[in-house]
Amino acid sequence: MTKWLEQNTPKLVLAPSFIAVLIFVYGFIAWTAWISFTRSRLLPRYDIEGVIQYERLFASPRWDTALNNLFVFGFLFIVIAMVLGLVLAILLDQNIRTEGALRTIYLYPMALSMIVTGTAWKWILNPGLGIQAMVRGWGFEEFTFDWLVNPDMAIYTIVLAAIWQSSGFVMALFLAGLRSVDGEIIKAAQVDGIPTWRIYTAIIIPSMAPIFLSAFIVLSHLAIKSFDLVIALTGGGPGYATDLPATYMYAMAFSRGDIGQAASSAMIMMMVVFAIVVPYLYSELRTKDE
Amino acid sequence: MSDLSMSQATGQNRTGKIILRWVLYLALGLFALFYLMPLFVMITTSLKSLDEIRTGDLIALPRDVTLDAWRTAWSGACTGIQCEGVRPYFWNSILIAIPAVAISTLLGAMNGYVVAQWQFRGANIIFSLMLFGCFIPFQVVLLPMARMLGIMGIAGTIPGLIFVHVIYGLGFTTLFFRNYYVSIPSELTKAAKVDGAGFFRIFWSIFLPLSLPIIVVTVIWQFTQIWNDFLFGVSFSQAGTQPVTVALNNIVNSTTGVKEYNVDMAAAIIAALPTLFVYVVAGKYFIRGLTAGSVKG
Repeated sequence: MTKWLEQNTPKLVLAPSFIAVLIFVYGFIAWTAWISFTRSRLLPRYDIEGVIQYERLFASPRWDTALNNLFVFGFLFIVIAMVLGLVLAILLDQNIRTEGALRTIYLYPMALSMIVTGTAWKWILNPGLGIQAMVRGWGFEEFTFDWLVNPDMAIYTIVLAAIWQSSGFVMALFLAGLRSVDGEIIKAAQVDGIPTWRIYTAIIIPSMAPIFLSAFIVLSHLAIKSFDLVIALTGGGPGYATDLPATYMYAMAFSRGDIGQAASSAMIMMMVVFAIVVPYLYSELRTKDE
Repeated sequence: MSDLSMSQATGQNRTGKIILRWVLYLALGLFALFYLMPLFVMITTSLKSLDEIRTGDLIALPRDVTLDAWRTAWSGACTGIQCEGVRPYFWNSILIAIPAVAISTLLGAMNGYVVAQWQFRGANIIFSLMLFGCFIPFQVVLLPMARMLGIMGIAGTIPGLIFVHVIYGLGFTTLFFRNYYVSIPSELTKAAKVDGAGFFRIFWSIFLPLSLPIIVVTVIWQFTQIWNDFLFGVSFSQAGTQPVTVALNNIVNSTTGVKEYNVDMAAAIIAALPTLFVYVVAGKYFIRGLTAGSVKG
C-alpha cells in the first residue's frame, strides 16, 4: 500500500486539478454547447432542437452590431497597439538615459482594472465637462468631441481606452525582443555602413516575427474578452452602439433571461478564440517537442 | 543593440544628430504625457470640489484642495441603495484575493513540479489540456458555473468567488511553475531519489527554496488578475459580497442624486491603489509574469 502510494504520488497530486479542469472547463463548455442547441429561455431545457438559437442570433440586429463592433474594435485595437508598441520600443532602444522611468510610465495602465480605465476615460471624454468643454473654454466655441455619446463614434472611444491600457505591454514585449537580437550581426551591419533605419527594417524587425505573433495572439484574446471596458466606459451604449459579443452574452444571460441566446453567443465567441489560438498553441507545442 | 544611435557619428552630421536626439526625447515625452494624463486628471479631479469641477478646466490644478471626495468615496458613496462607500467592497476584494492567490499558487507549484519533474505517461496531455483552459473566453462557463455554485450552496458568497478564481487561475499558475521547474536539471531529482528522498521531501527541501522568484511572479500575476476581475465578480456576487471593481462601477453608474465626478475619481483611484502599489514596488516581476503568461506555452 505505501509502495503504491509512493509510486503514484505525482498522479494523485495532479489529479484534483485535472479533474477540476475536466469538469469546470471541458464539462462546462460541453454543457453550454448542448444548451445552445435547445430552446432554453429562462431555464435550461435539454431537448436538442437544432440550430434554432444560432438562427435567432444571426437574425438579431443587436448581435449583428456586436459582431461588427468586435471586428472594427479588434482590428483597430490590434493594429494600432502593435504599431504604437513597436514605435515606443524602438524609440526607447536608442540609449535613452531615462529609459527605466519611461518604461514604468508607459506600462502602468496594464496594472489597472479595465473598470478603472473605463471610469477615467468616461470622465475625460464626457462632452459636458471633459476635453470638449475644456477646449471650448479656451475660446474654440465650435470645437466638438462627442464620440462618447455619438452612436457612430462611440466604439472608437473603446479603441482609444483599450490602446491606452495595453500598448505599453506590447512595447515591453517588443523591447525584450529587440534586446535579444544578436548584437554581432548588427555590429557587422554597422561596420558595412548600413543606415540605422535599414538595420531595423531588414534585420531586427524580421527576426522578431515570433514576437509579432505572440503580441497578436494576446491582443486578439484581449479584444474578444473585452467586457469590463465597455461596461465601464459606455455601458454598451448609446443604445446598442458599442455592444460586443461579451456584453451581448452577459445581457442575455443575466438581464434578459435568455439562456439559449447567451449560450449560442458564448459558443461563437469561443470559436473565434479557437480559430486564433489553436493553430498557435499547436505550433508552439510542436516546436517544443522537436 | 543599444549603441546603434551612437554609431556613425562623424563630424559633419553631429548637429543633425543632436537635433535628432532632441526630437527623440520630445516624442518620448509626449507619449509619457499621453499615458500620464488620465492619472493626472483622476487625481486632480478627486481633489476638487464639485463647484470647481463645473466651472473649471479639466486639466487645471485644484484651487482649493479638499479631501471630501475621498472621504465620501471611502465610506459614504452610494452603490445603488446602499451608501457605505467602497470600504466594505475593498475589504471583500481582499477577502477574495488573499485565499484565492494562496491556494492557486500552491496548487500551481505542485502541479508544475509534477509536470516538469515527475513525468508519467499522459502528463503532457494533461498539461496541454490545463493550458488550454487559460485561453477560453470565460463567457462559455458563466452559465453552468452559476448553476454549479447554486448546487454547491456557495452562490453569491465570497467562498464561491474564491473557488471560481482558484479554478480558472490553475492553468496559468501551473504554466508558470512548470516552465520554471523544467529548467532545473532532472538529475537533481534523480539523485535525491537514490538517496531515499520522497516526492514531498524533494519538493520541500530542493525545489521550494529555489522557487522564490517564480512564487513572486505568480502571486503578483494572480493578485492583479483577481483584484482587477469584474466578470466573475459581477456574475457571481450579490449585494453584500461584491468586489471593489463591481462597487466602483455601481457608484459611477448610480443614477440617484447629483453626479459626483470627484467621488467617482477618488473611488477609482482607491480601487486601483493595490495593484498600482504592487506594480511600483515589484514592476520587474509584474512584467515577467505578463510576458511569461502570454508568450510561452
